[in-house]
Amino acid sequence: MRRRTILILLMTLGTADAAGSGVSSLAPAAGESRFDQSSPLYRSAIAPPDLSEDIFPCSNCHAEIKPDLRRRELRDEHGAIALRHAAGQLWCLDCHHAENRDTLRLATGESLPFTESYRLCGQCHGEKLRDWQSGIHGRRTGHWNGDKQYLLCTGCHNPHDPQFKPLTPMPPPERPGRAVH
Amino acid sequence: MADKRRSSRPGVNLARRKALKSLATGIGVMALPAPQVSASVWAAFFQKHFRELSRDDLERVLARLEKTCQEEYGRSVTVKATPPLDGVRFGYGLDLSRCIGCRRCVHACVAENNQSRHPQIHWIRVVRLQKDKGIDFDHAEHYYDPPQVPEEGHFYLPVQCQQCDRPACTRACPVQATWVEPDGIVAIDYNWCIGCRYCMAACPYGGRHFNWEKAVIPAGELNPDMHYLGNRPRPVGVVEKCTFCIQRTREQPGRYPACVEACPVGARKFGNLLDPKGEIRQLLEHQRVFVLKQELNTQPKFFYFFAT
Ligand code: HEC
Ligand code: HEC
Ligand code: HEC
Ligand code: HEC
Repeated sequence: MRRRTILILLMTLGTADAAGSGVSSLAPAAGESRFDQSSPLYRSAIAPPDLSEDIFPCSNCHAEIKPDLRRRELRDEHGAIALRHAAGQLWCLDCHHAENRDTLRLATGESLPFTESYRLCGQCHGEKLRDWQSGIHGRRTGHWNGDKQYLLCTGCHNPHDPQFKPLTPMPPPERPGRAVH
Repeated sequence: MADKRRSSRPGVNLARRKALKSLATGIGVMALPAPQVSASVWAAFFQKHFRELSRDDLERVLARLEKTCQEEYGRSVTVKATPPLDGVRFGYGLDLSRCIGCRRCVHACVAENNQSRHPQIHWIRVVRLQKDKGIDFDHAEHYYDPPQVPEEGHFYLPVQCQQCDRPACTRACPVQATWVEPDGIVAIDYNWCIGCRYCMAACPYGGRHFNWEKAVIPAGELNPDMHYLGNRPRPVGVVEKCTFCIQRTREQPGRYPACVEACPVGARKFGNLLDPKGEIRQLLEHQRVFVLKQELNTQPKFFYFFAT
């Protein structure tokens, strides 16, 4: 539910021009066929970012705050964000747009909606981006010969601390009591 | 009923009753059902091999299976027999650099494929290996259970039916109850299987599992979308294994196998080997893939790789 709300928010803001770079938004428009056999490229869609409750639009606060370009410890807000990416070489505004906080920022200065954050990551992880596009890195769900969904890089990697987090394993098999397996 | 067409049926010599007979002479008893059992048990006993069933026979068999299942679990189910798709040969990829051994795939597979909860049957086994020893099954551990994965110094290798092109199992079967379908899925006719387990002995991957007892599946957890050659509940005394989720994948559009969707790290890949743009061909072209026990020349369609 939360994801959907954010997607709608993004859309109403007009920043979620997700049709760029050949991907369409997650929900097919009403009445549209989910599966078009005549098309050699199936519809693929990227699940929207899963931002925290009440954080978006960032401009709710940032419209009133003057951008502060200094690298510093954040006290008044976002104190929980600890950057553990690229050995501390990155700073917030390498990725977030200083003037339009509702968007990300590419090295060219171009602004980028959160729904396309993979392009940001791809600037430095080009090979991973290519592997993700060809289905080798990341995860696809849906139909192998039809519509599919991709996860954004941020669906698995926290951009501020991108190492994949350990998980609790599900139960192991029972040890065979007799000749069973 | 349009989707309930039968599968491929090349002319095979299905000598099951002959084999049963010679077995029976050996043992001295012919294992016929007891005279008082229900008509459906007799019908099942005299059912033809899946690939020899006429269209009408097949419809009757599927209807009978649906009815039996409904009676047993009190839920309405569909048993289909969707045939292979033209121009499709399934392939599977598994990225060992990503796998963290969390077993989400194992349990998703159990739920999707109506595996017995008791006695427990798992079509997927994840083995833990040591990084400094490489792929060396002498140092394999199935029962690891740390609070968190991955563990220092280890990597994980999930194993399931490798869907071989030259399988050892199908050749070991004395009654041809298991064979390779045109889309590459190694199928089993559970109603034809005589439970001799030669296929299990022949399989070098431990991919096959035997129903020693009546499967226990909570009715509420039963997956009602079933395929004759796939996840319909299996009778006692037959062999079962991974079918690439035949009830999901052999559709137009076909869903990814349950294990692919359950994998949190995206290590599992599935697609059509004949589609040059598909992810399986992409990874065959761009990654250094390998198969397990290549020296046996079983030609698996299950490819492992270590992505960089
Ligand atoms: C490597 C690029 C990068 C850097 C550096 C970075 N961010 Fe982010 N940040 C992102 C991306 C991408 C997202 C969107 C996450 C998503 O899609 O879930 C994000 C999300 C956020 C969010 C919303 C998080 C939430 O709770 O949903 C906040 C707030 C934020 N960043 C603040 C910061 C601050 C403050 C810094 C500096 C201390 C910073 N970011 C540094 C890329 C970056
Ligand atoms: C509740 C109000 C609030 C919201 C919502 C909010 N911010 Fe902030 N943000 C602040 C404040 C206050 C600061 C200054 C903190 C300080 O200097 O200690 C700040 C600082 C930052 C900075 C550091 C650079 C600078 O200009 O000071 C970044 C980057 C940033 N925010 C990104 C975001 C992003 C991205 C979002 C939306 C995903 C977001 N913020 C949402 C209040 C907010
Ligand atoms: C400005 C360049 C830059 C951008 C943009 C960037 N990264 Fe990185 N990232 C790096 C560097 C440098 C490293 C550390 C070197 C390495 O381990 O490859 C790194 C490391 C990583 C790692 C490995 C972390 C680990 O400890 O195992 C992941 C995962 C990652 N980045 C994901 C992302 C994602 C996701 C994004 C987009 C939200 C992103 N990066 C954006 C430069 C960048
Ligand atoms: C389905 C989850 C998933 C998605 C989506 C995903 N990754 Fe990863 N990624 C992983 C896992 C798991 C690892 C291996 C563990 C680790 O090193 O943190 C990894 C590793 C990495 C690494 C470290 C280098 C390596 O090979 O170990 C980088 C960089 C990276 N990913 C970037 C990306 C980028 C960029 C995207 C989006 C284009 C992306 N990832 C999407 C799961 C994912």
